[in-house]
Amino acid sequence: MEVDEKEIIFTSGATESNNLALKGVFEMYSRKGNHIITVKTEHKAVLDTCDKIEKMGGEVTYLDVQPDGLIDLAELEAAIKPNTILVSVMWANNETGVIQRMAEIGRICEKHGILFFSDATQAVGKIPTHPRKLGVHLMSFTSHKMYGPKGVGALYVSRKSPRVKVTAQMDGGGHERGMRSGTLNVPGIVGFGKAAEIAKHQMFEDAARLSKLRDRLQQAFIDNLEEVYVNGNQEHRMPHVTNISFKHVEGEGLMMTFNQEIAVSSGSACTSASLEPSYVLVALGLGDDLAHSSIRFSLGRFTTEEDIDYTIEQISKGVNHMRHLSPIWEMYKEGVDLSNVEWSAH
Amino acid sequence: MAYSEKVIDHFTQPRNVGTLDKSSKNVGTGLVGAPECGDVMRLQIQVNEETGMIEDAKFKTFGCGSAIASSSLATEWLKGKSIDEALSIDNMDIVEELALPPVKIHCSVLAEDAIKAAIKDYQVKNGILEATLSEAHA
Repeated sequence: MEVDEKEIIFTSGATESNNLALKGVFEMYSRKGNHIITVKTEHKAVLDTCDKIEKMGGEVTYLDVQPDGLIDLAELEAAIKPNTILVSVMWANNETGVIQRMAEIGRICEKHGILFFSDATQAVGKIPTHPRKLGVHLMSFTSHKMYGPKGVGALYVSRKSPRVKVTAQMDGGGHERGMRSGTLNVPGIVGFGKAAEIAKHQMFEDAARLSKLRDRLQQAFIDNLEEVYVNGNQEHRMPHVTNISFKHVEGEGLMMTFNQEIAVSSGSACTSASLEPSYVLVALGLGDDLAHSSIRFSLGRFTTEEDIDYTIEQISKGVNHMRHLSPIWEMYKEGVDLSNVEWSAH
Repeated sequence: MAYSEKVIDHFTQPRNVGTLDKSSKNVGTGLVGAPECGDVMRLQIQVNEETGMIEDAKFKTFGCGSAIASSSLATEWLKGKSIDEALSIDNMDIVEELALPPVKIHCSVLAEDAIKAAIKDYQVKNGILEATLSEAHA
Protein backbone atom coordinates (compact mmCIF):
# COMPACT_ATOMS: atom_id res chain seq x y z
CA MET A 1 0.00 0.00 0.00
CA GLU A 2 3.00 2.24 0.51
CA VAL A 3 1.50 4.26 3.34
CA ASP A 4 2.80 5.52 6.67
CA GLU A 5 1.96 3.39 9.70
CA LYS A 6 0.41 6.44 11.36
CA GLU A 7 -2.11 6.48 8.53
CA ILE A 8 -3.66 3.16 9.58
CA ILE A 9 -6.49 3.04 12.12
CA PHE A 10 -7.39 -0.42 13.32
CA THR A 11 -11.07 -1.25 13.65
CA SER A 12 -13.24 -4.32 14.15
CA GLY A 13 -13.67 -4.82 10.40
CA ALA A 14 -14.54 -3.13 7.13
CA THR A 15 -18.10 -2.38 8.23
CA GLU A 16 -16.79 -0.27 11.10
CA SER A 17 -14.17 1.30 8.82
CA ASN A 18 -16.86 2.28 6.32
CA ASN A 19 -19.01 3.76 9.07
CA LEU A 20 -16.06 5.67 10.50
CA ALA A 21 -14.97 7.04 7.12
CA LEU A 22 -18.41 8.18 5.97
CA LYS A 23 -19.90 9.44 9.22
CA GLY A 24 -16.52 10.71 10.42
CA VAL A 25 -15.98 12.84 7.31
CA PHE A 26 -19.60 13.98 7.30
CA GLU A 27 -19.27 15.28 10.86
CA MET A 28 -15.72 16.63 10.60
CA TYR A 29 -16.36 18.59 7.39
CA SER A 30 -19.90 19.73 8.14
CA ARG A 31 -18.89 23.37 7.84
CA LYS A 32 -17.65 22.78 4.31
CA GLY A 33 -20.74 20.96 3.09
CA ASN A 34 -23.08 18.04 3.58
CA HIS A 35 -23.19 16.32 0.19
CA ILE A 36 -21.76 12.86 -0.47
CA ILE A 37 -21.63 11.08 -3.83
CA THR A 38 -21.65 7.30 -3.90
CA VAL A 39 -22.77 4.46 -6.21
CA LYS A 40 -25.78 2.15 -6.29
CA THR A 41 -23.62 -0.98 -6.38
CA GLU A 42 -21.74 -0.24 -3.14
CA HIS A 43 -21.76 -2.72 -0.29
CA LYS A 44 -24.60 -2.43 2.22
CA ALA A 45 -22.13 -1.21 4.84
CA VAL A 46 -21.73 1.91 2.69
CA LEU A 47 -25.32 2.24 1.44
CA ASP A 48 -26.92 1.79 4.84
CA THR A 49 -24.44 4.24 6.39
CA CYS A 50 -25.31 6.79 3.69
CA ASP A 51 -28.95 6.22 4.44
CA LYS A 52 -28.25 7.05 8.08
CA ILE A 53 -26.30 10.16 7.02
CA GLU A 54 -29.35 11.33 5.06
CA LYS A 55 -31.39 10.97 8.24
CA MET A 56 -28.71 13.02 10.03
CA GLY A 57 -29.29 15.88 7.58
CA GLY A 58 -26.84 14.90 4.86
CA GLU A 59 -27.50 14.82 1.15
CA VAL A 60 -26.43 11.75 -0.82
CA THR A 61 -26.30 11.17 -4.58
CA TYR A 62 -26.34 7.53 -5.67
CA LEU A 63 -24.75 7.19 -9.11
CA ASP A 64 -25.99 4.62 -11.59
CA VAL A 65 -23.53 2.23 -13.20
CA GLN A 66 -23.19 1.36 -16.85
CA PRO A 67 -24.18 -2.14 -18.04
CA ASP A 68 -20.58 -3.26 -17.43
CA GLY A 69 -20.69 -2.10 -13.80
CA LEU A 70 -18.34 0.89 -14.23
CA ILE A 71 -19.49 4.36 -13.31
CA ASP A 72 -19.71 7.08 -15.96
CA LEU A 73 -16.96 9.54 -15.07
CA ALA A 74 -18.77 12.44 -16.71
CA GLU A 75 -21.82 11.67 -14.62
CA LEU A 76 -19.68 11.68 -11.50
CA GLU A 77 -18.20 15.05 -12.33
CA ALA A 78 -21.63 16.46 -13.13
CA ALA A 79 -22.92 15.35 -9.74
CA ILE A 80 -20.33 17.44 -7.87
CA LYS A 81 -21.82 20.54 -6.25
CA PRO A 82 -20.42 23.37 -4.12
CA ASN A 83 -21.49 21.50 -0.96
CA THR A 84 -19.96 18.15 -1.98
CA ILE A 85 -17.42 16.98 0.60
CA LEU A 86 -16.84 13.33 -0.26
CA VAL A 87 -16.92 10.82 -3.11
CA SER A 88 -17.26 7.20 -2.01
CA VAL A 89 -16.58 4.54 -4.65
CA MET A 90 -15.67 0.95 -3.87
CA TRP A 91 -12.43 -0.31 -5.37
CA ALA A 92 -13.79 -3.68 -6.54
CA ASN A 93 -17.33 -4.97 -6.34
CA ASN A 94 -18.02 -7.96 -4.11
CA GLU A 95 -20.57 -9.56 -6.45
CA THR A 96 -19.11 -8.94 -9.90
CA GLY A 97 -15.44 -8.25 -9.15
CA VAL A 98 -15.58 -5.14 -11.37
CA ILE A 99 -12.76 -2.70 -10.59
CA GLN A 100 -13.62 0.99 -10.87
CA ARG A 101 -11.29 3.43 -12.62
CA MET A 102 -9.72 4.64 -9.39
CA ALA A 103 -7.02 6.90 -10.85
CA GLU A 104 -9.50 8.81 -13.01
CA ILE A 105 -11.93 9.20 -10.12
CA GLY A 106 -9.03 10.37 -7.93
CA ARG A 107 -8.11 13.02 -10.50
CA ILE A 108 -11.68 14.32 -10.66
CA CYS A 109 -11.81 14.59 -6.87
CA GLU A 110 -8.48 16.36 -6.74
CA LYS A 111 -9.56 18.83 -9.42
CA HIS A 112 -12.60 19.78 -7.35
CA GLY A 113 -10.89 19.62 -3.98
CA ILE A 114 -13.11 16.84 -2.68
CA LEU A 115 -12.11 13.94 -0.45
CA PHE A 116 -12.10 10.47 -2.02
CA PHE A 117 -12.97 7.42 0.07
CA SER A 118 -12.91 3.84 -1.17
CA ASP A 119 -14.20 0.64 0.35
CA ALA A 120 -11.34 -1.58 -0.86
CA THR A 121 -12.35 -4.65 1.13
CA GLN A 122 -12.37 -6.88 -1.94
CA ALA A 123 -9.19 -5.49 -3.46
CA VAL A 124 -6.53 -5.12 -0.74
CA GLY A 125 -4.24 -8.13 -0.66
CA LYS A 126 -5.42 -9.34 -4.08
CA ILE A 127 -4.40 -6.53 -6.43
CA PRO A 128 -2.07 -3.56 -5.88
CA THR A 129 -3.86 -0.81 -3.98
CA HIS A 130 -1.78 2.34 -3.58
CA PRO A 131 -4.14 4.97 -2.20
CA ARG A 132 -1.67 7.85 -2.34
CA LYS A 133 -0.72 7.18 -5.96
CA LEU A 134 -4.36 7.10 -7.05
CA GLY A 135 -5.58 10.06 -5.02
CA VAL A 136 -7.55 8.00 -2.50
CA HIS A 137 -7.68 9.77 0.88
CA LEU A 138 -9.50 7.18 2.95
CA MET A 139 -9.61 3.43 2.33
CA SER A 140 -11.32 0.56 4.17
CA PHE A 141 -10.06 -2.99 4.21
CA THR A 142 -10.25 -6.07 6.36
CA SER A 143 -8.18 -8.99 7.54
CA HIS A 144 -10.32 -12.01 6.73
CA LYS A 145 -10.53 -11.15 3.02
CA MET A 146 -6.79 -11.79 2.85
CA TYR A 147 -6.89 -15.02 4.86
CA GLY A 148 -6.29 -13.30 8.22
CA PRO A 149 -8.45 -13.66 11.33
CA LYS A 150 -12.01 -12.35 11.41
CA GLY A 151 -12.93 -9.38 13.58
CA VAL A 152 -10.17 -6.98 12.62
CA GLY A 153 -10.06 -4.38 9.89
CA ALA A 154 -8.51 -1.02 9.16
CA LEU A 155 -9.09 2.40 7.73
CA TYR A 156 -6.35 4.27 5.92
CA VAL A 157 -6.58 8.01 6.55
CA SER A 158 -4.19 10.25 4.63
CA ARG A 159 -1.96 12.36 6.91
CA LYS A 160 -0.38 14.65 4.37
CA SER A 161 -1.50 16.56 1.29
CA PRO A 162 -4.20 16.56 2.36
CA ARG A 163 -4.19 15.83 6.09
CA VAL A 164 -7.58 14.21 6.62
CA LYS A 165 -9.40 13.94 9.91
CA VAL A 166 -12.48 12.01 10.83
CA THR A 167 -14.72 12.51 13.84
CA ALA A 168 -14.52 9.50 16.12
CA GLN A 169 -17.61 7.31 16.15
CA MET A 170 -16.37 5.47 19.23
CA ASP A 171 -15.65 7.82 22.12
CA GLY A 172 -13.32 7.03 24.98
CA GLY A 173 -9.62 7.03 25.64
CA GLY A 174 -8.66 8.64 22.35
CA HIS A 175 -6.77 5.70 20.88
CA GLU A 176 -5.71 5.64 17.23
CA ARG A 177 -4.89 9.37 17.23
CA GLY A 178 -8.29 10.23 18.62
CA MET A 179 -10.15 8.68 15.72
CA ARG A 180 -11.10 5.33 17.25
CA SER A 181 -11.12 4.76 20.97
CA GLY A 182 -10.91 1.33 22.53
CA THR A 183 -8.12 -1.05 23.45
CA LEU A 184 -6.72 -2.60 20.33
CA ASN A 185 -7.28 -6.22 19.37
CA VAL A 186 -3.58 -7.10 19.41
CA PRO A 187 -3.79 -10.83 18.52
CA GLY A 188 -6.12 -9.97 15.65
CA ILE A 189 -3.83 -7.21 14.43
CA VAL A 190 -0.78 -9.50 14.54
CA GLY A 191 -2.65 -12.08 12.47
CA PHE A 192 -3.80 -9.34 10.10
CA GLY A 193 -0.21 -8.14 9.71
CA LYS A 194 1.06 -11.63 8.96
CA ALA A 195 -1.72 -12.19 6.42
CA ALA A 196 -0.84 -8.90 4.75
CA GLU A 197 2.83 -9.85 4.61
CA ILE A 198 2.01 -13.18 2.93
CA ALA A 199 -0.43 -11.46 0.56
CA LYS A 200 2.23 -8.98 -0.48
CA HIS A 201 4.56 -11.81 -1.52
CA GLN A 202 1.93 -14.03 -3.10
CA MET A 203 -0.36 -11.52 -4.70
CA PHE A 204 0.98 -11.55 -8.24
CA GLU A 205 1.49 -15.30 -8.34
CA ASP A 206 -2.03 -15.89 -6.99
CA ALA A 207 -3.57 -13.44 -9.41
CA ALA A 208 -1.89 -14.98 -12.44
CA ARG A 209 -2.84 -18.52 -11.46
CA LEU A 210 -6.39 -17.73 -10.39
CA SER A 211 -7.29 -15.60 -13.38
CA LYS A 212 -6.26 -18.48 -15.62
CA LEU A 213 -8.41 -20.93 -13.66
CA ARG A 214 -11.29 -18.43 -13.52
CA ASP A 215 -11.15 -17.95 -17.29
CA ARG A 216 -11.11 -21.69 -17.83
CA LEU A 217 -14.17 -22.11 -15.61
CA GLN A 218 -16.03 -19.34 -17.37
CA GLN A 219 -15.12 -20.54 -20.86
CA ALA A 220 -16.17 -24.11 -20.05
CA PHE A 221 -19.67 -22.94 -19.15
CA ILE A 222 -19.89 -20.85 -22.30
CA ASP A 223 -18.73 -23.84 -24.40
CA ASN A 224 -20.78 -26.56 -22.65
CA LEU A 225 -24.05 -24.79 -22.03
CA GLU A 226 -26.45 -22.54 -23.89
CA GLU A 227 -27.60 -19.10 -22.75
CA VAL A 228 -24.74 -18.30 -20.38
CA TYR A 229 -24.04 -14.65 -19.62
CA VAL A 230 -21.04 -13.17 -17.83
CA ASN A 231 -22.05 -10.15 -15.76
CA GLY A 232 -19.91 -7.03 -15.55
CA ASN A 233 -16.79 -5.75 -17.25
CA GLN A 234 -14.40 -8.62 -17.93
CA GLU A 235 -11.32 -6.48 -18.42
CA HIS A 236 -11.52 -4.31 -15.31
CA ARG A 237 -12.18 -7.20 -13.01
CA MET A 238 -10.67 -8.95 -10.01
CA PRO A 239 -8.59 -11.97 -11.08
CA HIS A 240 -10.47 -14.47 -8.95
CA VAL A 241 -14.14 -13.61 -9.51
CA THR A 242 -16.73 -14.26 -12.18
CA ASN A 243 -20.46 -13.69 -12.00
CA ILE A 244 -22.50 -15.78 -14.41
CA SER A 245 -26.19 -15.99 -15.25
CA PHE A 246 -27.53 -19.33 -16.46
CA LYS A 247 -30.72 -18.24 -18.14
CA HIS A 248 -33.98 -19.89 -17.07
CA VAL A 249 -32.30 -21.58 -14.12
CA GLU A 250 -33.09 -20.28 -10.65
CA GLY A 251 -29.85 -19.63 -8.76
CA GLU A 252 -30.82 -20.93 -5.36
CA GLY A 253 -32.24 -24.14 -6.83
CA LEU A 254 -29.07 -24.59 -8.85
CA MET A 255 -26.98 -24.23 -5.70
CA MET A 256 -28.89 -27.11 -4.17
CA THR A 257 -27.83 -29.44 -6.99
CA PHE A 258 -24.23 -29.53 -5.91
CA ASN A 259 -25.11 -30.33 -2.37
CA GLN A 260 -22.92 -27.91 -0.45
CA GLU A 261 -19.75 -29.39 -1.89
CA ILE A 262 -19.07 -26.22 -3.81
CA ALA A 263 -19.52 -22.90 -2.02
CA VAL A 264 -20.78 -20.18 -4.33
CA SER A 265 -23.29 -17.41 -3.87
CA SER A 266 -26.50 -16.78 -5.66
CA GLY A 267 -27.70 -13.40 -6.83
CA SER A 268 -31.16 -14.50 -5.95
CA ALA A 269 -31.89 -13.71 -2.33
CA CYS A 270 -34.77 -16.15 -2.32
CA THR A 271 -33.47 -17.39 1.02
CA SER A 272 -34.79 -14.23 2.59
CA ALA A 273 -38.47 -13.52 2.77
CA SER A 274 -38.07 -10.61 0.39
CA LEU A 275 -37.61 -12.56 -2.86
CA GLU A 276 -35.48 -9.67 -4.07
CA PRO A 277 -32.84 -10.36 -6.69
CA SER A 278 -29.36 -8.86 -6.28
CA TYR A 279 -29.53 -5.05 -6.29
CA VAL A 280 -26.03 -4.98 -7.77
CA LEU A 281 -27.04 -6.97 -10.85
CA VAL A 282 -30.27 -5.00 -11.19
CA ALA A 283 -28.15 -1.81 -11.17
CA LEU A 284 -26.17 -3.28 -14.08
CA GLY A 285 -29.46 -3.40 -15.96
CA LEU A 286 -30.09 -7.14 -15.73
CA GLY A 287 -33.76 -8.07 -15.73
CA ASP A 288 -34.99 -9.63 -12.52
CA ASP A 289 -35.17 -13.00 -14.30
CA LEU A 290 -31.45 -13.00 -15.20
CA ALA A 291 -30.55 -11.65 -11.76
CA HIS A 292 -32.39 -14.60 -10.19
CA SER A 293 -30.34 -16.90 -12.43
CA SER A 294 -26.91 -15.68 -11.40
CA ILE A 295 -24.10 -17.33 -9.49
CA ARG A 296 -20.93 -15.69 -8.23
CA PHE A 297 -17.83 -17.86 -8.40
CA SER A 298 -14.97 -16.78 -6.22
CA LEU A 299 -11.63 -18.60 -6.35
CA GLY A 300 -9.04 -18.51 -3.61
CA ARG A 301 -5.41 -19.21 -2.87
CA PHE A 302 -6.23 -22.83 -2.14
CA THR A 303 -8.36 -23.51 -5.22
CA THR A 304 -6.79 -26.19 -7.40
CA GLU A 305 -7.17 -27.21 -11.02
CA GLU A 306 -9.02 -30.33 -9.85
CA ASP A 307 -11.46 -28.14 -7.94
CA ILE A 308 -12.17 -26.22 -11.13
CA ASP A 309 -12.70 -29.38 -13.19
CA TYR A 310 -15.03 -30.74 -10.52
CA THR A 311 -16.95 -27.45 -10.44
CA ILE A 312 -17.34 -27.37 -14.21
CA GLU A 313 -18.70 -30.91 -14.18
CA GLN A 314 -21.05 -30.47 -11.22
CA ILE A 315 -22.44 -27.11 -12.23
CA SER A 316 -22.97 -28.15 -15.86
CA LYS A 317 -24.86 -31.18 -14.58
CA GLY A 318 -26.85 -28.99 -12.21
CA VAL A 319 -27.78 -26.50 -14.91
CA ASN A 320 -28.98 -29.31 -17.15
CA HIS A 321 -31.01 -30.82 -14.30
CA MET A 322 -32.63 -27.47 -13.56
CA ARG A 323 -33.38 -26.78 -17.21
CA HIS A 324 -34.92 -30.20 -17.62
CA LEU A 325 -37.26 -29.16 -14.79
CA SER A 326 -37.82 -25.60 -15.97
CA PRO A 327 -41.07 -24.74 -17.76
CA ILE A 328 -39.62 -21.48 -19.00
CA TRP A 329 -36.63 -23.26 -20.52
CA GLU A 330 -39.10 -25.53 -22.35
CA MET A 331 -41.07 -22.52 -23.56
CA TYR A 332 -37.88 -20.80 -24.66
CA LYS A 333 -36.83 -23.89 -26.64
CA GLU A 334 -40.26 -23.98 -28.28
CA GLY A 335 -39.76 -20.41 -29.40
CA VAL A 336 -42.33 -18.85 -27.07
CA ASP A 337 -41.69 -15.16 -26.50
CA LEU A 338 -41.60 -15.08 -22.71
CA SER A 339 -42.22 -11.35 -22.60
CA ASN A 340 -45.66 -11.98 -24.12
CA VAL A 341 -46.70 -14.55 -21.54
CA GLU A 342 -49.17 -13.32 -18.95
CA TRP A 343 -47.45 -14.14 -15.69
CA SER A 344 -49.25 -14.07 -12.41
CA ALA A 345 -46.98 -12.04 -10.18
CA HIS A 346 -47.09 -13.09 -6.57
CA MET B 1 -30.47 -23.07 4.67
CA ALA B 2 -31.13 -26.56 5.89
CA TYR B 3 -33.57 -28.47 3.74
CA SER B 4 -35.58 -31.36 5.08
CA GLU B 5 -34.80 -34.84 3.80
CA LYS B 6 -38.11 -34.94 1.95
CA VAL B 7 -37.33 -31.70 0.12
CA ILE B 8 -33.93 -33.04 -0.89
CA ASP B 9 -35.49 -36.31 -2.02
CA HIS B 10 -38.09 -34.58 -4.22
CA PHE B 11 -35.50 -32.15 -5.51
CA THR B 12 -32.90 -34.72 -6.51
CA GLN B 13 -35.43 -37.27 -7.77
CA PRO B 14 -38.43 -35.24 -8.78
CA ARG B 15 -41.58 -37.26 -9.53
CA ASN B 16 -43.68 -36.78 -12.64
CA VAL B 17 -41.53 -34.27 -14.45
CA GLY B 18 -42.85 -33.65 -17.92
CA THR B 19 -45.42 -32.27 -20.23
CA LEU B 20 -48.93 -33.39 -21.14
CA ASP B 21 -50.63 -32.30 -24.35
CA LYS B 22 -52.21 -29.06 -23.25
CA SER B 23 -54.51 -28.95 -26.27
CA SER B 24 -56.13 -32.23 -25.22
CA LYS B 25 -59.66 -31.79 -23.82
CA ASN B 26 -59.07 -33.92 -20.75
CA VAL B 27 -55.85 -32.13 -19.77
CA GLY B 28 -55.89 -29.10 -17.49
CA THR B 29 -52.82 -26.83 -17.34
CA GLY B 30 -51.96 -24.35 -14.59
CA LEU B 31 -49.09 -21.91 -15.04
CA VAL B 32 -48.44 -19.71 -12.02
CA GLY B 33 -45.69 -17.38 -10.80
CA ALA B 34 -43.35 -15.17 -12.82
CA PRO B 35 -39.69 -15.39 -13.85
CA GLU B 36 -39.09 -11.96 -12.27
CA CYS B 37 -40.19 -13.35 -8.93
CA GLY B 38 -37.89 -16.34 -9.21
CA ASP B 39 -40.67 -18.94 -9.27
CA VAL B 40 -42.71 -20.38 -12.14
CA MET B 41 -44.74 -23.58 -11.78
CA ARG B 42 -46.54 -25.44 -14.52
CA LEU B 43 -48.77 -28.23 -13.29
CA GLN B 44 -50.91 -30.41 -15.52
CA ILE B 45 -53.61 -32.95 -14.77
CA GLN B 46 -55.14 -35.54 -17.05
CA VAL B 47 -58.67 -36.56 -16.08
CA ASN B 48 -60.25 -39.89 -16.98
CA GLU B 49 -63.48 -38.94 -18.68
CA GLU B 50 -65.35 -42.02 -17.51
CA THR B 51 -64.36 -42.09 -13.87
CA GLY B 52 -63.71 -38.34 -13.38
CA MET B 53 -60.51 -39.26 -11.58
CA ILE B 54 -57.12 -37.64 -12.16
CA GLU B 55 -55.17 -40.40 -13.87
CA ASP B 56 -51.95 -38.51 -14.55
CA ALA B 57 -50.20 -35.38 -13.36
CA LYS B 58 -47.00 -33.73 -14.58
CA PHE B 59 -45.04 -30.65 -13.59
CA LYS B 60 -42.15 -28.44 -14.50
CA THR B 61 -40.90 -25.75 -12.12
CA PHE B 62 -38.40 -22.92 -12.29
CA GLY B 63 -37.50 -22.08 -8.72
CA CYS B 64 -35.69 -23.00 -5.56
CA GLY B 65 -35.53 -26.51 -4.08
CA SER B 66 -38.66 -26.01 -2.00
CA ALA B 67 -40.66 -24.86 -5.02
CA ILE B 68 -39.58 -27.91 -7.00
CA ALA B 69 -40.31 -30.25 -4.08
CA SER B 70 -43.75 -28.66 -3.49
CA SER B 71 -44.83 -29.18 -7.08
CA SER B 72 -43.34 -32.67 -7.27
CA LEU B 73 -45.27 -33.65 -4.14
CA ALA B 74 -48.44 -32.08 -5.52
CA THR B 75 -48.33 -34.29 -8.62
CA GLU B 76 -47.93 -37.37 -6.43
CA TRP B 77 -50.94 -36.40 -4.37
CA LEU B 78 -53.10 -35.53 -7.36
CA LYS B 79 -52.88 -38.89 -9.05
CA GLY B 80 -55.89 -41.05 -8.25
CA LYS B 81 -57.90 -38.19 -6.75
CA SER B 82 -61.23 -36.82 -7.92
CA ILE B 83 -61.47 -33.13 -8.82
CA ASP B 84 -63.24 -32.39 -5.55
CA GLU B 85 -60.59 -34.20 -3.54
CA ALA B 86 -57.87 -32.35 -5.45
CA LEU B 87 -59.49 -29.02 -4.67
CA SER B 88 -59.29 -29.78 -0.99
CA ILE B 89 -55.47 -29.96 -1.00
CA ASP B 90 -54.34 -27.13 1.22
CA ASN B 91 -50.95 -25.46 1.05
CA MET B 92 -50.43 -26.13 4.75
CA ASP B 93 -50.61 -29.88 4.03
CA ILE B 94 -47.58 -29.39 1.77
CA VAL B 95 -45.79 -27.25 4.37
CA GLU B 96 -46.31 -30.00 6.93
CA GLU B 97 -45.31 -32.89 4.71
CA LEU B 98 -42.11 -31.22 3.50
CA ALA B 99 -41.34 -29.41 6.79
CA LEU B 100 -40.95 -26.12 4.94
CA PRO B 101 -39.56 -23.21 6.96
CA PRO B 102 -41.61 -19.96 7.16
CA VAL B 103 -39.63 -18.25 4.37
CA LYS B 104 -40.59 -21.07 2.02
CA ILE B 105 -44.33 -21.12 2.69
CA HIS B 106 -44.88 -19.13 -0.50
CA CYS B 107 -43.66 -22.20 -2.45
CA SER B 108 -46.55 -24.24 -1.05
CA VAL B 109 -49.02 -21.43 -1.78
CA LEU B 110 -47.79 -21.41 -5.35
CA ALA B 111 -48.27 -25.20 -5.59
CA GLU B 112 -51.85 -24.87 -4.33
CA ASP B 113 -52.46 -22.07 -6.84
CA ALA B 114 -51.06 -24.29 -9.60
CA ILE B 115 -53.41 -27.15 -8.65
CA LYS B 116 -56.39 -24.78 -8.65
CA ALA B 117 -55.33 -23.21 -11.94
CA ALA B 118 -54.95 -26.62 -13.62
CA ILE B 119 -58.39 -27.70 -12.40
CA LYS B 120 -59.93 -24.42 -13.55
CA ASP B 121 -58.41 -24.85 -16.99
CA TYR B 122 -59.84 -28.37 -17.19
CA GLN B 123 -63.26 -27.20 -16.02
CA VAL B 124 -63.42 -24.26 -18.41
CA LYS B 125 -62.39 -26.50 -21.29
CA ASN B 126 -65.15 -28.94 -20.46
CA GLY B 127 -67.88 -26.38 -19.82
CA ILE B 128 -68.17 -27.13 -16.13
CA LEU B 129 -69.49 -24.14 -14.18
CA GLU B 130 -66.76 -21.75 -13.15
CA ALA B 131 -68.73 -20.99 -10.00
CA THR B 132 -67.62 -24.32 -8.53
CA LEU B 133 -64.07 -23.08 -8.51
CA SER B 134 -64.79 -19.63 -7.12
CA GLU B 135 -66.49 -21.28 -4.19
CA ALA B 136 -63.55 -23.55 -3.65
CA HIS B 137 -61.26 -20.52 -3.71
CA ALA B 138 -63.31 -18.70 -1.10
